[in-house]
Amino acid sequence: MAVMGKKKKKTLGAISTASLPDIVFMILFFFMVSTTMREVELMIELKGSDLPTATEIKKLEKKSLVSYIYVGKPLQQYQKIYGTEPKIQLNSSFAELSDIYEYILAERAERDEAEVPFMTTSLKVHKDTKMGIITDIKQELRKASALKINYSARQDMGY
Amino acid sequence: MAKRSTPEINASSMADIAFLLLIFFLVTTTMDVDTGIQRQLPPIPENKDQKTDAEVNKRNAYLVQVNSRGNIVVNGEWVNNLEDLREDAKRFINCDRDDDPTLPEMEEITVEGIKGTVKTSKGIISLQNDRGTTYGRYIEVQNELVAAYNEIRNEASKKYFNKPYDELSDEQQGAIRKIYPQRISEAEPKNYGGKE
Repeated sequence: MAVMGKKKKKTLGAISTASLPDIVFMILFFFMVSTTMREVELMIELKGSDLPTATEIKKLEKKSLVSYIYVGKPLQQYQKIYGTEPKIQLNSSFAELSDIYEYILAERAERDEAEVPFMTTSLKVHKDTKMGIITDIKQELRKASALKINYSARQDMGY
Repeated sequence: MAKRSTPEINASSMADIAFLLLIFFLVTTTMDVDTGIQRQLPPIPENKDQKTDAEVNKRNAYLVQVNSRGNIVVNGEWVNNLEDLREDAKRFINCDRDDDPTLPEMEEITVEGIKGTVKTSKGIISLQNDRGTTYGRYIEVQNELVAAYNEIRNEASKKYFNKPYDELSDEQQGAIRKIYPQRISEAEPKNYGGKE
């Protein structure tokens, strides 16, 4: 390119790639902003396709006010210790039914008092789980008076 | 010293670095919006004297039972597929009708934003499940019941406001919700089939 100035003859210069980093940075920032990193490492089998499907779903708003309860079969590497029966996962460890009450209280203590009535508990449950354990969880939630719940489900794309 | 200009920093690798970061974020991004069916659990009754589901007038109750095989029974009768359940539930919820002793009682109320009185029904849908029912089936049934409510609300909103429910203002939606409150009760757990 430096040679170009000396020659009078005009040649097609190489396309300037100087703006390429800018473009890439722009995309990068978009992804950085829109990324939500998974906060908890799932210890149970729960891929996206393991959630039940439904058509009448609503978006879960205000993610900061949502506490999650995961239920499903433990992953392969935990099956030796925990067996293959569905287990409850709170935060990043397996829990028993009786822990749910404490968990809800702890979640509540972290939030502002004014926001407590808007807190939602999202149940992320593998669709093959039996309802027995869910019913028990619901009873625990009622005891903790965490009455707003959300049965996590995927959009059904038609039959 | 001879004039030695500071060499320009070569920025050509900038793109590479940016690309690397970009790819990292592309891979780790999970843009899942959390969706699901919203539900309100009933509070635990403080005294045992409160009305239980069984005491609600029989014609006002719509008892949906799901057994461990996923079969659906409504008020003691088998329902073979989910579409039938939706239609049947809609018939139960609907209050734009004449009085019928087999359908729930109705009362006239005034709702802000709608002229005159409108009828609302006292019907309650009660959903019971066995401990052995799969969660997937349970959600399917829940979904059908919510869908029945949504369709009925949509019809009502077209009738009163000439617009689908989603396009109504908050007050108008509130008015429709007042006519058709979503009364789906998830009954106290019962154990039908002994051990799971």
